[in-house]
Amino acid sequence: MIETRDLTRSFGAKRVLAGVDLAVAPGESLCVIGQSGTGKSVLLKSILGLVPPDGGQVLWQGQPLDAARLPQFLTRFGMLFQGGALFDSLNVWQNVAFRLRQRMPDREARAIALDKLARVGLPPETADLMPAELSGGMAKRVGLARAIADDPAVIFFDEPTTGLDPIRARAIDALIRSIVTETGATAITITHDMRSVALIGDRVALLQNGRIAHIGPVAEMDSEPALAAFMGRATLVHR
Amino acid sequence: MVLTVLRSLGRPALAMLRGIGAVALFAARGLTRLRPFPGRALAQQIIQIGWLSLPVVGLTALFTGAALALQIHSGGARFQASDVVPAIVAIGMVRELGPVLGGLMVAARVASSIAAEIGTMRVTEQIDALVTLSTDPLRWLVTPRLWAAILSLPILVAVGDIIGIMGGWLVGTTSLGFTSARYIADSWAYLEGWDVLSGLIKGAVFGLVVALSGCWFGMRCARGAAGVGRATTSAVVAAAVGILAANFVLTGLFFR
Repeated sequence: MIETRDLTRSFGAKRVLAGVDLAVAPGESLCVIGQSGTGKSVLLKSILGLVPPDGGQVLWQGQPLDAARLPQFLTRFGMLFQGGALFDSLNVWQNVAFRLRQRMPDREARAIALDKLARVGLPPETADLMPAELSGGMAKRVGLARAIADDPAVIFFDEPTTGLDPIRARAIDALIRSIVTETGATAITITHDMRSVALIGDRVALLQNGRIAHIGPVAEMDSEPALAAFMGRATLVHR
Repeated sequence: MVLTVLRSLGRPALAMLRGIGAVALFAARGLTRLRPFPGRALAQQIIQIGWLSLPVVGLTALFTGAALALQIHSGGARFQASDVVPAIVAIGMVRELGPVLGGLMVAARVASSIAAEIGTMRVTEQIDALVTLSTDPLRWLVTPRLWAAILSLPILVAVGDIIGIMGGWLVGTTSLGFTSARYIADSWAYLEGWDVLSGLIKGAVFGLVVALSGCWFGMRCARGAAGVGRATTSAVVAAAVGILAANFVLTGLFFR
């Protein structure tokens, strides 16, 4: 269980998170939606301490996720970043096996990396390519393989389909859904793509004015006025 | 009124002290994250910072030594002291010009490259990714660069000193009328161990200044290409000014 209680964060005079309360059950997939600039990525980074919150609490398994417990949490954690965030100086398999190489020989780590690359639909020939040689979709897949390389219990996906064409975006959505279902991992996905929400999420939360304006099952999102208003806006934006 | 003036003076002074403290803490942390020892990364950085800087440092030293010999010869001729060319070139190179010019050339080449590399990693979330992969960015990125620069610069300075003296020898023997044997003998005669050692110590300090500037501005890079550009410029300027300031302080300490 991951929980945030009254999480706040400001940048100068701008209050981005104004008291976010959220709880994600083990094995659940939660999608967080909201307009650009509403603090969705800041929320994820605040949970991880990458952007330290000004106030409030983050709890993991019922205990505060403080500096002492964060290293333990991170060993069971994976994250897909918006742009992939692949390390430029390492090739594909070294990126995927980054954490594995710190505790096992390269040969073993490479074998696991190839297995994870296959899981995300990439052939073994991609293993020795450098990140600069990958297309956007391939980089996302490599990022996904890296996120799941160590079989994490918690995975964050930060705008996994941004910058991809609709066909590739749906393929990534399907991949994320199958991985989350297969591994039983707890997942939080940041997106403003409602088709991704429908495919990936069990529940959806709408972040508005720094707070969770609505949270509920994905199956019921069409009947929720706050989400309908957001979807209307999202549709306009897409047009 | 008095309080307002004091406040307006105090605020920037406090901000400056906070800044110095933050850089000092950053350097202390960067220098001490050695477990597990980042051997592979250190070796890579020694090649990047040290080995690949050899041509530019060597060429700079060669031309500087040659020009210095010409200057001292023509200046010394005004008071019949042209004979001191080998000694002055040797002492000038090892004490001052070798470390300072070597440091400045490495600052131009390395501080900018470190700031650009780390800054790009910052804006593309690679540093955040390191944290989520249970890896300390300081140990992974900063520690190897700081130690590589500290270890490489004295070697670069030593090589630069030798090449600089050779530059003086080349000019001295080809156009100033010195014999090779006399030039070398005069160079050695007045050179003391401390002259050489002080230059090497300066090199190590300048190495720290260069790598620290690159890492500090890279890690604090603002978003976007403009942020990386600003970080790169700031790193080179800070490294160059830092080298000249440190040189003044160290020269005062060593030779007063």
